[in-house]
Amino acid sequence: MIMKRIESVNDFVIKFANVNGTGSASANNLFAKALFRMGIPVSPKNIFPSNIQGLPTWYEVRVNDKGYLGRRGGIDIALSVNPQSMAQDIREVLPGGYFIYDDTKPLDLRLHRDDISIIGVPLTRICNEQYDDPRQRQLFKNVIYVGALAALLDMDFKVLTGLVEDQFKGKKNLVLPNIHALELGHQYVRNHLDCPIGIRVEKSDMVGDKILLDGNTALGLGALYGGATVAAWYPITPSTSVVDAFEKYAKRVRIDPGTGRRNYAIVQAEDELAAIGMAIGASWNGARSFTATSGPGVSLMSEFLGLAYFAEIPTVLFNVQRAGPSTGMPTRTQQSDILACAYASHGDTKQVLLFPSTPRECFDFGALSFDLAERLQTPIILMTDLDLGMNDNMSEPLEWDDERKYDRGKVLTAEQLEAGVEFGRYLDVDGDAICYRTYPGTHPTKGAFFTRGTSRNEYAIYTEKGEEYEANMLRLLRKWDTINEYVPAPIIVDSGVETDTAVLYFGTSEEAAREALDYLSDEGIHLNAMRVRAFPFNKQVQEFIERHKQVFVIEQNRDAQLRTLLMAEFEFGPDKLKSVLCFDGTPISARNIRKQIKKHLNGDNVLPLHRNTALLRAGESR
Amino acid sequence: MSYQLPKFRHPELPVNDLGYTKADYEGAISTLCAGCGHDSISGAIVRACHELSIEPHKIAKLSGIGCSSKAPTYFLGNSHGFNSVHGRMPSVVTGAALANRDLLYMGVSGDGDTASIGMGQFAHVARRNLNMVYIVMNNGCYGLTKGQDSATADRGSASKKGDPNIYSAIDLCGTALQMGATFVARSFSGDKEQLVPLIKAAISHRGFALIDVVSPCVTFNNNAKSTKSYEFVREHSEATGTIDFVPMHKEITTEYQPGHSHEVTLHNGSSIRLYKVDESLNPFDRRSAINALEEHRCSGNILTGLIYMNMDSRDLHEVLETSQRPLNALDESDLCPGNKMLLNINASLR
Repeated sequence: MIMKRIESVNDFVIKFANVNGTGSASANNLFAKALFRMGIPVSPKNIFPSNIQGLPTWYEVRVNDKGYLGRRGGIDIALSVNPQSMAQDIREVLPGGYFIYDDTKPLDLRLHRDDISIIGVPLTRICNEQYDDPRQRQLFKNVIYVGALAALLDMDFKVLTGLVEDQFKGKKNLVLPNIHALELGHQYVRNHLDCPIGIRVEKSDMVGDKILLDGNTALGLGALYGGATVAAWYPITPSTSVVDAFEKYAKRVRIDPGTGRRNYAIVQAEDELAAIGMAIGASWNGARSFTATSGPGVSLMSEFLGLAYFAEIPTVLFNVQRAGPSTGMPTRTQQSDILACAYASHGDTKQVLLFPSTPRECFDFGALSFDLAERLQTPIILMTDLDLGMNDNMSEPLEWDDERKYDRGKVLTAEQLEAGVEFGRYLDVDGDAICYRTYPGTHPTKGAFFTRGTSRNEYAIYTEKGEEYEANMLRLLRKWDTINEYVPAPIIVDSGVETDTAVLYFGTSEEAAREALDYLSDEGIHLNAMRVRAFPFNKQVQEFIERHKQVFVIEQNRDAQLRTLLMAEFEFGPDKLKSVLCFDGTPISARNIRKQIKKHLNGDNVLPLHRNTALLRAGESR
Repeated sequence: MSYQLPKFRHPELPVNDLGYTKADYEGAISTLCAGCGHDSISGAIVRACHELSIEPHKIAKLSGIGCSSKAPTYFLGNSHGFNSVHGRMPSVVTGAALANRDLLYMGVSGDGDTASIGMGQFAHVARRNLNMVYIVMNNGCYGLTKGQDSATADRGSASKKGDPNIYSAIDLCGTALQMGATFVARSFSGDKEQLVPLIKAAISHRGFALIDVVSPCVTFNNNAKSTKSYEFVREHSEATGTIDFVPMHKEITTEYQPGHSHEVTLHNGSSIRLYKVDESLNPFDRRSAINALEEHRCSGNILTGLIYMNMDSRDLHEVLETSQRPLNALDESDLCPGNKMLLNINASLR
């Protein structure tokens, strides 16, 4: 059999197979960032277990000069330093691909494949010869394979050493050993192997001024810039790093230089119920506050979300979604809390959702959430996910307009109250269904009111009169229309060709969808596209769907939750909206989207009679 | 329904130092049952706040759900109130207090709200030593759902329904002590002379101040076999002593018996005079307080009065080192680091 090697420049997928807790993350990160500094777009993704030490973990990097950042599917190069997962890792390599492994111990012959290139680098042997300390052996092994890869892929070695210098700025005792380890791998490969392999990289200029940042850090910064002073949270993967980032930067810029005291407060609550209770209490009292959580936390927070909706208290909740239901797959991604959040809590409720798609949008929407929450006096739930939150994503740089003022919404001051402004907490004075509120402690005799989750009249007095209750509920529905004018509008991408078919997506499906549309367009299938960025759905969303005969709704959950929401809000028939779904816990890939759309377009909706064929197809679509 | 009290007041009602009459601290007319202990506690809160000359709008009153949690409507009508969700008042107060350290936070809860559904939040707000007054209107039963036993009902005590309670009771004072509360007191709704000074002392204490007030439920738990009835509590309560609360600026006019009193000065300059009856209890020693509670429990009596007070209390704001200016008073110039810092952050991410 003649093997056809995969040959490419700046276009491949590499997957690192490591053992959790061995320090591989920073070495892998070094590799991705070096390519990024060479001007090549990269999209690294952590595929990690719910474990601290010992289980297999992977790091998959998509390298693509065209700037496609979604998951592509398929592995061109596997770098294996974990014997536990070696059988699976070698199996996953595409025919013609490359398998790089630690050949200190020879490869199990049963794993051998003759349709791929198998490349051995004796990582353990090099380490054992160089280092006595077992911890150093483990840590530097990771750096050595990055050095080896640099030679195999023809990376700019100077970029790597420059990165190490930046990373350990001022710590010479760390810089030199790391560079030495890089050289060990680099030299070994140059002296013993043919390089570069069929896949290589070269300097490019496709990155521009972009940055490499994870969504959770961007959200933490968004909260900082948005003026949050109270953060209450309960640790849960994958949202934990949001508050970590907020704290990290708050420690830098929010400590009063004169007094040494903090212009923020962070409380790790006893559970998610308390976390959101604290956020609501702080907002009620006029401070900007937030909490961050994931699926199970949202379930616990639901009662309070209902209170905040009904009593109209600004609340900011960052939901970094993971695979549910229940504990689900805590370290895998999904977009499966859409319905749970849109209608969170018992009774008639509707909650505002924002769907960022990039770290830049996490930052922008993160800061915007506080303006929206206070302007609209209702919870704002920002829906991101593990893929965006915990992976470094290439993004537009962060920007802040120094002239920007916070929109604190409708709050009456002591002067206004003193001047005799009529105050009814739930009195719709302006006709936009948003009423004025007062902070506690404003005026000695005017403006006090009772906040409650029970029904009340326009002056916040308890009532059980049906007509007063109903009038309030209808006002809340009118407020929903006002909210619609404030939330981010969708982004529409016209195919440039007359078509009655379109795709609709949100959040982290964007990159894969964009790429899939390019593939389809190359095949003569032109589709208009719309990225939804908020719920309530903007009028434009309705018009877009109305003017197409068929719309494929791409989402990362089993039950087509956004499609359900669209049908519920707009009463579209099920025939108009077709689902393109991925819910195996990995980010949706372009190849998957293309395959499912083509299947729909070919009218291939009838299940084959033969069960095995059906199973095969199901497998294919993943 | 709540009704607003008539605004007409006798022109010669006594005013406090700020010029407010007691009526300025009252709320809507109570809709609780006639004779409910909770209304007496509301009255004690009104009196304490009036006599301490606290500006009514500088108090925030918060509660959970239940008869007790309805009570804040019936006092301090010029203060903002928040009737939150069942058992979650402590978290809402925590957030509110973090937002503005300059207000007085008065949390009102019941035995169901605190000892059952809200046990977790109660425990944690105590251990965080949030600067608040936490009053439990404790009647040993669920009033609004018609008289089920609560977790503070004594084993063997029977409510109107007649069946003796089969579970052991949670002692909120003991729990609060274990959790690190820095002020723990118990009182009885029928003993205003004890309750009012305790509320004043709790208000002046910087940190978490619990007052567990036994407050009989006249409708469901005031019968012969109940240990939370007016009669039982009157017969079985043993006070740690009596206390007087002396505001900083008040002249001391009463003559006290020397040798029996112990005076402590609070952080705001006011002081508490304690007349001890029970010499075995040292309320400034946690171990002594825990022992006293346990001894009274064993003898079947209810220990009332000031049980524990930590004079070195550091509240949550102190522990978190938050700004002396309330966080809700900070604006863009204090909070937003500006675009320049983002340029640096961007550079570090390339």
